[in-house]
Amino acid sequence: MTRYRVSLHITPRRGLLDPQGKAVTDALHTLGFAAVRDVHVGRHVIVELEAADAAAAERDVRAMCERLLANPVTEDFEVAAVETAA
Amino acid sequence: MKFGIVTFPGSNCDYDAYRAVVEAVGEEAEFLWHKDHDLRDADVVILPGGFSYGDYLRPGAIARFSPIMTEVVAHARRGAPVLGICNGFQIACEAGLLPGALLRNLGLKFVCELVRLRVENAATMFTNRYQPGQQLSIPIAHGDGRYTADPETLARIEGEGQVLFRYVGGPADADEWWSPNGSMHAIAGIVSAQGNVLGMMPHPERAVHALLGSRDGVALFESLLSTVAA
Repeated sequence: MTRYRVSLHITPRRGLLDPQGKAVTDALHTLGFAAVRDVHVGRHVIVELEAADAAAAERDVRAMCERLLANPVTEDFEVAAVETAA
Repeated sequence: MKFGIVTFPGSNCDYDAYRAVVEAVGEEAEFLWHKDHDLRDADVVILPGGFSYGDYLRPGAIARFSPIMTEVVAHARRGAPVLGICNGFQIACEAGLLPGALLRNLGLKFVCELVRLRVENAATMFTNRYQPGQQLSIPIAHGDGRYTADPETLARIEGEGQVLFRYVGGPADADEWWSPNGSMHAIAGIVSAQGNVLGMMPHPERAVHALLGSRDGVALFESLLSTVAA
């Protein structure tokens, strides 16, 4: 078994009202970043786990997302990186 | 009739619920510890308000895996009453006992005030002591109360009469779906398809005495008395 470090992004489902993202967009516009079209604020989760290989580590973390880490009704998730942990 | 009130780490309305049941309604109540696997013969389970597990991850996301939730879910599957108030509503949604989810309030602020609700369905075990269309004053106190569901779910719960309470009122220019938190269809409380699990963001247990500003919540608890054998 190897120790892996899996990073994932959990974001509000596209299309759902995202008042936090809207508030940040408005603040960036106020600061002069007029080119900003949209902002989504989510969570970045890092899970360190033991797994046989990288594919198994990712599979386990996806199962964790489906059961706990993300809400299937309102959030999307994506695995951003799977690395061996020091 | 016995009410079992679950205390999670971070629950803070468990005592309010206890006093509502015992002092305002005159029934028996007992606290149930989240780590136990025992409902202590409760006829009705109350998942109270608060901030279970500090709202970590998402409100209710971790509480739903508390040991006692196994028994609470089994109780609900048997058709026995479960009342989820505020954080209890969030927990019930996370546990899959109710459809949809509660997201951050549209205004991004915690809202604590007395609101007006309309009783949309008075033919349920939770609302039979109210009149259809009756308006109630019940307080809310939450930061994550924006009811959200996909369009199919929303259409189904509306069509099946599962929306029990809706927010009404608001500013003069408010539209028909006005709510203090941005809830879809101004939904404040819904019941499961089977009719035995109620989730609501407003706090009926805090509206049980004139000194609290309203006693409109008493009839909700009394409704249960007439439908569940003591």
